[in-house]
Amino acid sequence: MKILVNGVWREMASSDVQSALRELGYGDCVVATALNGEFVATGARVSARLGDGDRLEILAPMQGG
Amino acid sequence: MLKLYGVEVHSRLLLGTARYPSPAILTQAVKASRAEIVTVSLRRESSGERAGQGFWSIIRELAVRVLPNTAGCHSVKEAVTTAQLAREVFGTNWIKLEVIGENDTLQPDVFGLLEAARILSAEGFEVFPYTTEDLVVADRLLAAGCKVLMPWGAPIGSGRGLNNLSGLKALRAHFPDVPLVIDAGIGVPSHAAQAMELGFDAVLINTAVARAANPAQMAAAFAQAVEAGCAARVAGPIEPRDFATPSTPVIGKAFLA
Repeated sequence: MKILVNGVWREMASSDVQSALRELGYGDCVVATALNGEFVATGARVSARLGDGDRLEILAPMQGG
Repeated sequence: MLKLYGVEVHSRLLLGTARYPSPAILTQAVKASRAEIVTVSLRRESSGERAGQGFWSIIRELAVRVLPNTAGCHSVKEAVTTAQLAREVFGTNWIKLEVIGENDTLQPDVFGLLEAARILSAEGFEVFPYTTEDLVVADRLLAAGCKVLMPWGAPIGSGRGLNNLSGLKALRAHFPDVPLVIDAGIGVPSHAAQAMELGFDAVLINTAVARAANPAQMAAAFAQAVEAGCAARVAGPIEPRDFATPSTPVIGKAFLA
């Protein structure tokens, strides 16, 4: 299925957010996730199911003012 | 000593971490500023470049407290979700809440700000709202649960200093016990000293340091200005007058005309 990952369409095999992070190569990165505009806490990633056309945001610390 | 949500802070200079020429210069500037709190943000992470991971390890090495922001958010929903994401990544309830209302001035949308502040305070966040000098808005933000306010000096990155002096003085006078941190628009150390002389509790600087020709040197200059302004406030500045007052005593002067 196709998932919009950080604004780029990706063909994904994973069916939940946790495995999607693994599939995308984030490994042990410190990231926060949002699915279709809603925050998905670390503990909720396994149960956050992915569907065709979903929007997944993967965010990390960045410089800020 | 300054207390922000129960946390004692020695340095009254907060530093932003954006727009530095390099990570090494950012590190030098943070050290030179002696800031104990730096602002940070969240952006999309690429699994290949992992830029965020490198940045995060630099900040952790500096052993400073982080104040995550919701920069670039134009809606309540965006800001609230960003705050939730930031709380998990940075492991803090502190959030510098920005809800931007206008693109040219980046001035806060105070209506959205208030709504987001209410939601986040109820969710246990300790909100630092980026606001204007408006007294009514300030009052509502405090009622919404904010215990610190961050009024702007001038538009973000403009370097204009304190644009509305009388408005800022009124804000200080109306809320004598609320920590007020001037956020945005400071251009040079004299602006920061002026904010401290007026009785503001701290200043947050980013562009003025990051874009200086020598950021570390400028960070040190700001640290001195903030300390000087703070000491002057404690010492009790004189009131300006319209006419001269001789500083040398007149009594006892020789008649030599």
